[in-house]
Amino acid sequence: MQGKHDIVLLSHGDGGLLTHRLLEKYFLPFFKNEILESLTDAACFLVQPGRMAVTTDSFVVDPIFFPGGDLGKLAVCGTINDLAVSGAKPSYLAASFILEEGFALSELERIIESMSLACKEADVQVVTGDTKVVGRGQADKVYITTTGIGYVLPEANLAYFRIKPGDAVLVNGPLGEHGLAIMLQRESLGLENKVFSDCAPLNKLIEPLLKRFPGIKFMRDLTRGGLATTAKEIALASGLDIWFDETSLPIGKTVKGITELLGLDPLYLANEGKFLAIVEAREAEGVLSYLKNDCRAKEACIIGEIGPGRGDVCLKTALGGARKLNMLASSPLPRIC
Amino acid sequence: MINRNDPEIGKKVLQKLAGLADQAARELGRPPVLMEICGTHTVAVSRSGIRSLLKDCLVLKSGPGCPVCVTDQSDIDRIILLSRQPGVVIATFGDMLRVPGTYSSLEQERARQAKAEIFYSPLEAVDFAEKYPGEQVVFLGIGFETTTPAIALSIRQARKQGLPNYSVFSINKVVPPVMKVLLSDSELGVDGFILPGHVCTITGRKAFDFISAEYNKPAVIAGFEPVDVLEAVCLLLKQIIERQARTVNGYTRLVQEEGNKKAREIMNQIFDPADVYWRGFGLVEGSGLKINRDYADYDASLRFPVEIDTVSSQSNFGCACGDVLKGKINPGDCPLFAKRCTPLWPVGPCMVSSEGACAAYYQYELS
Repeated sequence: MQGKHDIVLLSHGDGGLLTHRLLEKYFLPFFKNEILESLTDAACFLVQPGRMAVTTDSFVVDPIFFPGGDLGKLAVCGTINDLAVSGAKPSYLAASFILEEGFALSELERIIESMSLACKEADVQVVTGDTKVVGRGQADKVYITTTGIGYVLPEANLAYFRIKPGDAVLVNGPLGEHGLAIMLQRESLGLENKVFSDCAPLNKLIEPLLKRFPGIKFMRDLTRGGLATTAKEIALASGLDIWFDETSLPIGKTVKGITELLGLDPLYLANEGKFLAIVEAREAEGVLSYLKNDCRAKEACIIGEIGPGRGDVCLKTALGGARKLNMLASSPLPRIC
Repeated sequence: MINRNDPEIGKKVLQKLAGLADQAARELGRPPVLMEICGTHTVAVSRSGIRSLLKDCLVLKSGPGCPVCVTDQSDIDRIILLSRQPGVVIATFGDMLRVPGTYSSLEQERARQAKAEIFYSPLEAVDFAEKYPGEQVVFLGIGFETTTPAIALSIRQARKQGLPNYSVFSINKVVPPVMKVLLSDSELGVDGFILPGHVCTITGRKAFDFISAEYNKPAVIAGFEPVDVLEAVCLLLKQIIERQARTVNGYTRLVQEEGNKKAREIMNQIFDPADVYWRGFGLVEGSGLKINRDYADYDASLRFPVEIDTVSSQSNFGCACGDVLKGKINPGDCPLFAKRCTPLWPVGPCMVSSEGACAAYYQYELS
């Protein structure tokens, strides 16, 4: 049975003794670093000359624990990956927690531990943060907002206007895993734990890539809306068409089977450890083999190319036909007959 | 068994098909016109790029094969009113949520006050009703022969569990009667039909024999993989060339002559045939399924009677879904298509349902 000290109480958020206890027992031990431990109102640190990148994201996933990750890992990776695909080397994170009264402290601890592990893997530090507690029913367990800051690599030159017809389009591995893992966990269809989220920090993979290959013209991570939605956004912004080859799209056997069964399209399912890169054609093979040599991107592949056009995303089907990929108007829905 | 999703096999069938289409066109003096009457086929054909591959040798139309799309405006309006009844939780398949009624949609009602839950199966909705005895769970019974047995089962289950808070609003329909209406239309101009494989697993091949026997049109029951559809098209073209009309089972790995008797028994135990309205077709005799007298306590239309203004329910703001469903026009021919009517702001149901022809064309077809 849970005692009164095992769950989040409203007083954990009032700035008094319990707030301090929460900080000392749960946050500080996992996010150990000098800047945070100074416990000042703002994190202060030295900066280098050059351009900086900053991004922020809120994470409200349900369920908070899922195969392959949890809310904490997601909150770290999501923000780090936004920086990484913008050509930045992530340095510091700010993390803000909204906790629901009654949320189990043991689960909070699991989430914080998972955040600290992801930070270690990505070599970034949480240097400031905040916690607030809201009454039971006013939030769902825990929400996390992370803000990331990093330095733009001088070698990175990523911009829509660099994209030209003939450029190759690459992804770093199989698609649709995160979205499907969450959906299966949420819907209790008896298929839980069949698919694992691909949630992972990408900065250590992307940084050397950008340093080595100046022909990388643009990158995006393939989160909400999946490959299809992201590609459509790029096509619209660049005013060019993107052609994918259906036979080249990396989709795992299990994901393929389950999405077919449920009438879902893996190209629209979220990923949390995948990026799309648009690369000058003559560098594409080089980027591909570099990625494939990294154990985190063994299944990377070239999935298509940029064509002249007016902002369409088209798929050359396995049969040799063609069809469009558009943005979805609403979340993917199951089939009804 | 061959992999019916294998593009190499598909390409071989395509070659054969091109030759047959040529021959059929010579025979008819114009390109052959075929119609698929299942939303799953509509999507499969667009997704695999088959429509783009066949567009030069034949015309492939979509018919009344999406249960959401054929739902009459008055039924959507009834559902909206139902969702406003105190204590009612609408339990539905996801596609119904965004279908616009005359003034509102379930999605909009849910954002205001109504309760609507999405379920994959009606039995889940029964579990939900058991878990929340204080709520009146009304399941939206929508679908053709494929979906109806599970809905019938849910009613049987609710009675078995003695649940007083589960009912079904049945707008379930059966396919053969509307096919007869379609076939009686002198302006139809369709040379052959691709029949719905899933529906036929329940009805059996025989149930569609009338298409060839009474109306002298070729028909082929098809599966849903690209090779299934292409082979069905070949079988239709052969009949056109040979000037034959038969109802052929091209989906023998799942469809039997007599269908699934047990599933039909369950349906018949709960439902009686009824004359109901279809979008685009009007009143179609014997095409609906009404919960029968024995199970009337589970009929949401009796438990929560709602009155709609039938005059205003007819208005459809210039939407041509009715003509799309009858194969009279292609989605792109509707003046609203991709302009005022998009998946984000749909005017008609064919743009909402994932199996609707307008949504499929908007989503997949190259303009």
